[in-house]
Amino acid sequence: MALVQIENVSKIYQTGDIEIAALSDINLSIEKSAFVSFVGPSGSGKTTMLNMIGCLDKPTHGKILVDGKQVDSFNRQKRAAFRGDVIGFIFQSFNLFPVLTAYENIEYPLVMIKDEPAEKRKEMILTVLDSVGMLNQKDKFPDQLSGGQKQRIAVARALVTQPKLVMADEPTANLDKTSSINVIRLMRDMKDKFGTTFIFSTHDPRIMEEAEITHTLVDGKLS
Amino acid sequence: MIRIFKIALRNLLRYKRRTILTSLLITLGIVLVILFSGLAGSFKTMMIGQITDSNLSQMQIHKKGYVSSIDTMPLNLTLDTKRYKKIEDLLSSHSEIKAWAPRIKLNAMLSNFTDTTNIRLNAISPEKEVLVCPDVGSRMTFDEKRDPGILLNPGEVIIPEKLAKGMKLKIGDPIVLVANNKDGSVNGLNFQVAGIIESILGPQGKEGYMHIKDAQELLRMDNPEMIEVAIRLHDFDKLEKVYAVLSSKLAKFINKKGMPEFEIHTWDQLSPFSNIAKMIDFMTITMKIIMIAIVLISILNVMMMSVYERVREIGTMSAIGTSPSRIMGLFLAEGLLLGLISSIVGNIIGLSGIFVLNIYKISFAFGRQDNLLLAPTVNITELLWVSGIVLLISVFASLQPAYKASRMEPVDALGHV
Repeated sequence: MALVQIENVSKIYQTGDIEIAALSDINLSIEKSAFVSFVGPSGSGKTTMLNMIGCLDKPTHGKILVDGKQVDSFNRQKRAAFRGDVIGFIFQSFNLFPVLTAYENIEYPLVMIKDEPAEKRKEMILTVLDSVGMLNQKDKFPDQLSGGQKQRIAVARALVTQPKLVMADEPTANLDKTSSINVIRLMRDMKDKFGTTFIFSTHDPRIMEEAEITHTLVDGKLS
Repeated sequence: MIRIFKIALRNLLRYKRRTILTSLLITLGIVLVILFSGLAGSFKTMMIGQITDSNLSQMQIHKKGYVSSIDTMPLNLTLDTKRYKKIEDLLSSHSEIKAWAPRIKLNAMLSNFTDTTNIRLNAISPEKEVLVCPDVGSRMTFDEKRDPGILLNPGEVIIPEKLAKGMKLKIGDPIVLVANNKDGSVNGLNFQVAGIIESILGPQGKEGYMHIKDAQELLRMDNPEMIEVAIRLHDFDKLEKVYAVLSSKLAKFINKKGMPEFEIHTWDQLSPFSNIAKMIDFMTITMKIIMIAIVLISILNVMMMSVYERVREIGTMSAIGTSPSRIMGLFLAEGLLLGLISSIVGNIIGLSGIFVLNIYKISFAFGRQDNLLLAPTVNITELLWVSGIVLLISVFASLQPAYKASRMEPVDALGHV
């Protein structure tokens, strides 16, 4: 069974009297442990697609199943709980909490969402920090880290709860070429190590090459 | 929970200047309330103490109808021996009552053999009076050679200072007191000025003193009669409770017409200072309302700014699975913490202020009294009340911004610029 099943999904935004179709009649399935990229020009619907799969937004029409659950029918509370349990997020602007250290940023979902005991928490954080090669930077605050380092911490935060799926919307957009390649390869390594499914969006051709499966979106349609 | 407060504290410290300024404003409000409550409260306590301990007593029992015509000091509304015995039996059965004393209030003419004036007199039983009003002697000036243990002997009168000055009377001077009794006949007796008494607030404070036996003789009472019974309790704080009990018990004494025989009043029903006391309470409440407004507006402003500036952060929290209630809790914790820190600092500064004011006591004049020294105190209940209100208002003020944060859609919040 596919981890993500998308059936006849459309997303229409209403601006006054004008309707804009961000996604039109999408049908797609993504298997477990896949490393999938959505590519396309700006405004093609990549972010909307990731928001739908990541349970951040609901489709106007159609059905989305993630890990066997029809997530488009969930209410706000249930969606939040589902995201915490099943999905990890990596953001374009890293979105680390500036008042927390690298260690504490990774700890955040374990404390605020999972309520893991302290000992287990520490073990999980150190494991993931070691995996992303940031063990020696764990006590630094985000403003003391480079862009690439921040994104490594963001990857670690997304992976620490051992989610089945990690969503990454343009994770390399704010990074230089070397850092971008390093982050994508790190994500792929993590996918190999933990068996996590990664879905990311990009319009950078060098990053596209790293994906196992690439879906191209143009004007809200898969081509 | 500790982790939420840790994050909340760091978020507060993130905007140091704003947090410090807001905290200072709240602290200032708390300090002002503590100092004002301390000063106003101690002034009120001091004045009530002076009134009840040196003149009025804490409660008084009269024959029904006396207080409504107290200005004319009627002599036909007296308590005879039988009625006084009923009151004594009632008072002696109540463990909260420390002492009681009979009094006669009368108007008389005072002559120094040259001039004549009128005087209001409080006829007392000195041994019992000092138990009911232990500070009554502190307002009196006597001859240096006099035994300080003796307040008043038969044949002696203590006159108000203004009257002594106006009539050019000194301690030891002879005077004549002339008074009408309740039947209208006039009687006069010779007395000696034994002391001068200084005024306090209200008409009660301008009365002279004489021995109750002399008053009974002057008024030609064949049998002992009293006008009022002054009462003192062991614990002043139980005044209302004891008053309620005595009121209900006294109401059972009915005269031949089926009407209540006695009436009882607490000090505040008899003294005009009670209105000033109420004004002080009102001003204290006003100060507290101002403090509440300061806390409410300050924290509401800070928390609204905080939510507005951290929309993307809230979006991130929500996206990674933080429940709306946890997001709300995080912002409520920030508001609560701001109130708590301000409250602790405010209490420390406020108490320090009270301590300093107790070292350098404030001297002031009130009414006809000079050199009153204020030694402000503030009780723990007051501090807890003020702190509790600040914390409650802090949470209340944070509710709307916290709710707003918790209701944000992650997809909109993440896209916020």
